[in-house]
Amino acid sequence: MNTTRTVATARRVLRQLSHDPRTIALLLLVPVLLLVLLYYVFDADPRAFDSIGASLLGIFPLVTMFLVTSIATLRERTSGTLERLLSMPLGKGDLILGYALAFGALAAVQASLATGVAVWLLDINILGSPWLLLVVALLDALLGTALGLFVSAFAASEFQVVQFMPAIIFPQILLCGLFVPRDTMQPVLEAVSNVLPMSYAVDGMTEVVSNAEVTGDFLRDLVIVAGSALLVLGLGAITLRRRTV
Amino acid sequence: MVRSHPRERGLSCLTEWCVKSIIQHMMNNSPPAIRARDLHVVRSGRTILDNLSFDVAPGTVTGLLGPSGCGKSTLMRALAGTQARVTGRLEVLGEPAGTASLRARIGYVTQAPSVYLDLTARQNLDYFAAVLGVPRRERPAQVTQALADVDLTSHTDALAGNLSGGQLGRVSLAVALLGAPDLLVLDEPTVGLDPVLRRDLWNLFHRIARERGATLLVSSHVMDEADRCQRLLLMRAGRLLADDTPEALRARTRTETVEDAFLRLVDTARAQEETRA
Repeated sequence: MNTTRTVATARRVLRQLSHDPRTIALLLLVPVLLLVLLYYVFDADPRAFDSIGASLLGIFPLVTMFLVTSIATLRERTSGTLERLLSMPLGKGDLILGYALAFGALAAVQASLATGVAVWLLDINILGSPWLLLVVALLDALLGTALGLFVSAFAASEFQVVQFMPAIIFPQILLCGLFVPRDTMQPVLEAVSNVLPMSYAVDGMTEVVSNAEVTGDFLRDLVIVAGSALLVLGLGAITLRRRTV
Repeated sequence: MVRSHPRERGLSCLTEWCVKSIIQHMMNNSPPAIRARDLHVVRSGRTILDNLSFDVAPGTVTGLLGPSGCGKSTLMRALAGTQARVTGRLEVLGEPAGTASLRARIGYVTQAPSVYLDLTARQNLDYFAAVLGVPRRERPAQVTQALADVDLTSHTDALAGNLSGGQLGRVSLAVALLGAPDLLVLDEPTVGLDPVLRRDLWNLFHRIARERGATLLVSSHVMDEADRCQRLLLMRAGRLLADDTPEALRARTRTETVEDAFLRLVDTARAQEETRA
């Protein structure tokens, strides 16, 4: 691992994005617009917006970073630049951390914007500190980056990689407790939701909504989300091979 | 092998070390830049490289010629350390191919340009220079020099995705020139370029070999580039047909051009295969 190479990689990824202002605009504005949409959907029931809105603040960064990372690393694999980088003195960790840093920075901006709008414009009612929402959102973004990096190894084209989104992300959204509390699901599904990382991301957000203090459950949720992200990043590193057939 | 720093062994040893290396340099008995023995690569049941053995002398420009699909790219990938399941012995700059310490010493250019289309030419080179460990202060000068070497000075700030195929290939080539590598492995770097540019690039290859003492292995399926090389490796169907200088090759086959020499060798090889079968 080498700081210069990690930072250079992060800077390169951000420079690539800077040549694509439309993607940046979509990344930053779509979550905000969806939150506003949701606010008016729950026009008659603002209490429901509080919990679902907070959950979405955790889900957005995960989904968008998953999409962006999976496509960016797939391109890296298919364009030959990955092979070139791995024939150079670049550590796999440098590459993965570089991506995580770049997309993490982007996620920080995205999550701040979305949280800011939710708290100040849409008057989302949360007992805990909005900063805690931001911390969970950032960890979710890291998890999304990790999952995207990992699945890109199993896709041969951009068509395939976007199909991993409904395959990997949608089941987690259905089972994370956004629609019904997890403990009221069919027991098998509840057990499945217990091992899916997004469940803990949403649980963490819910803890912030209903508790003024930092709770033990909140900390446990944070540790689980961060641990899952690191585990998947590790798995992603295994899929980067210097020698290929 | 870990070589302890000369300073740790005192001044007299430093002098001795200097003298030794100068003598070694004068005697020119340095080991080959590439040494291949009984090299085999099998991919999904098909033999891609079949029993290759050859040496490439340091500081030379060697041409790797043969029809497309004959295994040139696989051999180059093996040298760069990106080819899996290579058997036999392959030493590059005195170390087994794929050794971590070789990664900064080999400039490898694949056939398809491997650069980021959504970065400018300069941004591409900036990044790869950082990855190669070129110190920050030297990066701008090295990047400018590499872009000048491949005649892209007027396109430094153009997005790579907007460049023509030939220009893109040259950005990819410029990346390999960064960090002054000891071995350049170039897979068809002159394909699709106009005659003037091709001549300029071959002049550049010879200049790199002469001034830096670097070794170059340049592949091509165009035989008329053969006369620009000091030595030739002719390949066909994963096997080595010849390992000689262009002149010796023409003399030996009693032909006028390397292309005719290659055809003569292919015919001989075919005849031998048929009598054996």
